[in-house]
Amino acid sequence: MNDIWQAMATAVNLLAGLDASLVEIVARSLGVSLTAVVLATLIGLPLGAVLALSRFPGRRVILVIMNALMGLPPVVVGLIVLLMLSRSGPMGALGLLFTPAAMIIAQTILVLPIIVALSSTVIESLWQEYEEQMMSLGAGPWARVLALLWDGRFALMTTVLAGFGRANAEVGAVMIVGGNIDHVTRVMTTAIALEASRGDLALALGLGIVLLLLSLAINAASYSVREFARHRYQA
Amino acid sequence: MTGKPAPYPVKLENVWFNARTKPLIKDISATFADEEGLTVILGPNGAGKSLLLRLCHGILPAHEGLVTWGGGDDPGLHDHRQAMVFQRPVHLRRTAGGNIDFALKLHKMPRLQRAQRIDEALELTGLSRYRATPARLLSFGEQQRLALARAWALAPDLLLLDEPTANLDPAAQRLIEEVLLKMIAGGTRVLMSSHDLNQARRLASHVVFLYRGRIKEQSSAEQFFAGPKNDLAQSFLRGDLLWWRRRAVFAPDPDKEDDKF
Repeated sequence: MNDIWQAMATAVNLLAGLDASLVEIVARSLGVSLTAVVLATLIGLPLGAVLALSRFPGRRVILVIMNALMGLPPVVVGLIVLLMLSRSGPMGALGLLFTPAAMIIAQTILVLPIIVALSSTVIESLWQEYEEQMMSLGAGPWARVLALLWDGRFALMTTVLAGFGRANAEVGAVMIVGGNIDHVTRVMTTAIALEASRGDLALALGLGIVLLLLSLAINAASYSVREFARHRYQA
Repeated sequence: MTGKPAPYPVKLENVWFNARTKPLIKDISATFADEEGLTVILGPNGAGKSLLLRLCHGILPAHEGLVTWGGGDDPGLHDHRQAMVFQRPVHLRRTAGGNIDFALKLHKMPRLQRAQRIDEALELTGLSRYRATPARLLSFGEQQRLALARAWALAPDLLLLDEPTANLDPAAQRLIEEVLLKMIAGGTRVLMSSHDLNQARRLASHVVFLYRGRIKEQSSAEQFFAGPKNDLAQSFLRGDLLWWRRRAVFAPDPDKEDDKF
């Protein structure tokens, strides 16, 4: 019991003193996850819009698959990306394995289904509401999509935040494709896994606190965005 | 687009519209808005008034038959010559002014002109103080006026309205009717559905009586209100419940062939 309190005290000290190795890991974590979320948003929003607005055979199948992939086990994604990037794999020549780029790829794949599935739901329900009016005004495809993305911006922001939450919290994929190399690919979750097994509880706890606070901040942001939208636009 | 509206007739030829296999608009051939003024589409609930308006607007495709605008050489909606006000107003998640601006931008109106046009439209409908208010925070009546303001701003040759005053109080109804009369005086042709006979008497120059997806009578308002030829239109004017009367009084049912569908 004493050990735990001591570890906790040290963890708080690390946080308060902005310990260099802790800050480095947090920064790398945020860098990898934010990049992955930005990439997934750039790919996922247009895909979600297309799935919401167009009708083609197989559309429903894709939507069901995207929804199923929201719960994709990170280790499986890690394994697949590992196979792709390993020296004998199809993309082995790029030499990306065990670099932050590999981690970004893995997390992008993890976050993409969340953004596609949630944003297509948002856009589709908005479209049902707007369809007749937009047709009546003679809005072309581009005007429609832009208006839907703009008017759905608050709801879409919460889907992006949901994706960010997932990227931040996962450990399996980045562990496999990143390799948890100190100063190169070590991020919060992989560092916690390692330090916990090594018995260095202080750093693990410190990073754990940061992760929890981050998750709390994401959810608070998501909630405020929703509330703001509700008050301002009855959305 | 601020010039006098041009003639813009809507012509329907053997138009059918079905919900799944049940026909709701049955073999309608007619021309609307070929003369100035307001044409009111009268008929009981479920007659197909809203469907007919949407077909005339071009936002619903006919399952059979042909709808043409402006004498047949107009591409329909994409020419931006029509506007419609729906029974339930739909506004974007923007300000009242922003909603009108959105419509004007689609009509490629230059920025300065847009600002002025928005002012005029809001002024006309008594919404000037709500210019910067999010549209969806307005009351139902104000939202309906905003929908009309948006339609007015587009200066359409043809304006379609689907029971625009159905849920409004008398004051709001009067304001909307005043704007409509102004537009009619300016030369806009109006096609409006209603089941409010008094309103039809006040506004209409032409009447279309629709019953179970068929046009039973189309005449000038004068003729119609003096005494329609069609027996169903007569009982509608008397305020009888049509479906009830038909079963009780008319036998055999002259409209029986409709029930086969």
